Amino acid sequence: MSSAPLLEVRGLNAWYGESHVLHGVDLDIREGETVTLLGRNGAGKTTTLRAIMGILRRREGVIRLRGKNLLSLPLHKVAQAGLGYVPEERGIFASLNVSENLTLPPTVSDSGMSVEEIYTLFPNLYERRSSQGTKLSGGEQQMLAIARVLRTGAKVILLDEPTEGLAPVIVQRIGDVLVELKKRGMTILLVEQNFRFAKKVADRFYLMEDGRMVNSFPGHELDARMDELHEVLGV
Amino acid sequence: MSTIFGIPTPALYGQILIGLINGSFYAMLSLGLAVIFGLLRVINFAHGAQYMLGAFAAYLLLNWLGINYWLALVLAPLVVGVIAVVIERTMLSRLYGIDPLYGLLLTFGLALILEGAFRYWFGAAGQPYAAPSQLSGGVNLGFMYLPIYRGWVVIASLVICIGTWLLIEKTRLGAYLRAATENATLVQAFGVNVPLLLTLTYGLGAALAALAGVLAAPIYQVSPLMGSNLIIIVFAVVVVGGMGSILGAIVTGYVLGVLEGLTKVFYPEASSIVIFVVMAIVLLVRPAGLFGREE
Ligand SMILES: Nc1ncnc2c1ncn2[C@@H]1O[C@H](COP(=O)(O)OP(=O)(O)OP(=O)(O)O)[C@@H](O)[C@H]1O
Ligand SMILES: [Mg+2]
Repeated sequence: MSSAPLLEVRGLNAWYGESHVLHGVDLDIREGETVTLLGRNGAGKTTTLRAIMGILRRREGVIRLRGKNLLSLPLHKVAQAGLGYVPEERGIFASLNVSENLTLPPTVSDSGMSVEEIYTLFPNLYERRSSQGTKLSGGEQQMLAIARVLRTGAKVILLDEPTEGLAPVIVQRIGDVLVELKKRGMTILLVEQNFRFAKKVADRFYLMEDGRMVNSFPGHELDARMDELHEVLGV
Repeated sequence: MSTIFGIPTPALYGQILIGLINGSFYAMLSLGLAVIFGLLRVINFAHGAQYMLGAFAAYLLLNWLGINYWLALVLAPLVVGVIAVVIERTMLSRLYGIDPLYGLLLTFGLALILEGAFRYWFGAAGQPYAAPSQLSGGVNLGFMYLPIYRGWVVIASLVICIGTWLLIEKTRLGAYLRAATENATLVQAFGVNVPLLLTLTYGLGAALAALAGVLAAPIYQVSPLMGSNLIIIVFAVVVVGGMGSILGAIVTGYVLGVLEGLTKVFYPEASSIVIFVVMAIVLLVRPAGLFGREE
């Protein structure tokens, strides 16, 4: 059963000003899949997500969601087309409280979770719903950043290093959440340096180096490829 | 006659009232400036001209079309808001993302053109605009005589300021505005039409200035330069309150208005500079302003 990919990226090039950062990136995600992008610092993982979202405007190539070309859309139309973004820096707003942060992104389809469901999944966000967004701990802010896109009914979620700098128990908790989302059939593009974490959820891996995709393999091959990965990732 | 610090109390209360009236205009105008600056990062030098346009719109609506004050309170802001939307779409929006100096120069140029044009058409002298009959006259409060129109202006400005503050702090639109003020790109990446939000904000800010202009018409005369006289003080108010701080703009507007009034009583020589002295001190001690967030 090789259905057409939900999100399809072909020959993506992207630039920060004059500096050419992505060189012909190809990427496919099928519906319900969790795909993890690996690569060492500066490989271009965040840039790939930003280029797909359209936050980075200088880009060429093909980005299609359910066959619909995203490249020509203005930035706000990309979310409306069904992409949800959880940025590396989390992007929690200081001038909004937790509940305002949660409900900020407009819903794009009716398949999203209700606020009640989200608060059941993240009880600590419910307890702190009236606190200023940036008063939360790093882990809570990460949960909030994830929760925020679950409400919108986005078809594909782009998740940039959700475990970065967090304590092991929080990483564990975020892992549980991702497993839960997977069960619900969510499609996820995950950027992660911690591949022991990614192993729990990833159906497939892409390996990135210097702005190029250098390899791609199914999740169960991760253990067999450890040596190779350690070399490329330098960890 | 009773006195406070050797000042007759009626004179004192009179100056406090004048201070409150002036403060009402400082607050309404600096509020719009702060909202526009916060989101668009544009120092809107046309704000005084938009205030003047509001007053002239009321004047022309009355004298050309016989449209009364109450309708002008609605129509003048609408007209000026639409003009501002056109300005934002055709000119200002091209300057986003580059040095804020360009936005300042553009709006400064627009202000000069508007004021020049109105001076050419109507002359520099002020035109009288009568307060509506429902608000003419005054009441004796016992300790002072209060012209009803002035009381109305203070109350109306409070309602306008609190209403705008509630719109920004308590509504969904306000949440978009606050979030976009922090990180417009991310808000747009979440699917909010931020370019439209910027246009609306500029239009609303200008409409607010025009509304203040209509309120001002019966108090100060309607003249081409009424805005440019005021706008410099209003900039000082915004700086004291903290650039981009909504609450700061409102509170500082009233406080500095009253302070100016009190200075007129106790040390009249300093009354025209007291706001700028406060500004200088605040800039030295707390550069982000009294209500601004230190970065
Ligand atoms: N705003 C920017 N302007 C110019 N160059 C940038 C900018 N952001 C990133 N780069 C460069 O683009 C390249 C890819 O960066 P990117 O942030 O995509 O890496 P990454 O794989 O996400 O790394 P990390 O694991 O550290 O998050 C790097 O060489 C980086 O220096
Ligand atoms: Mg990154």
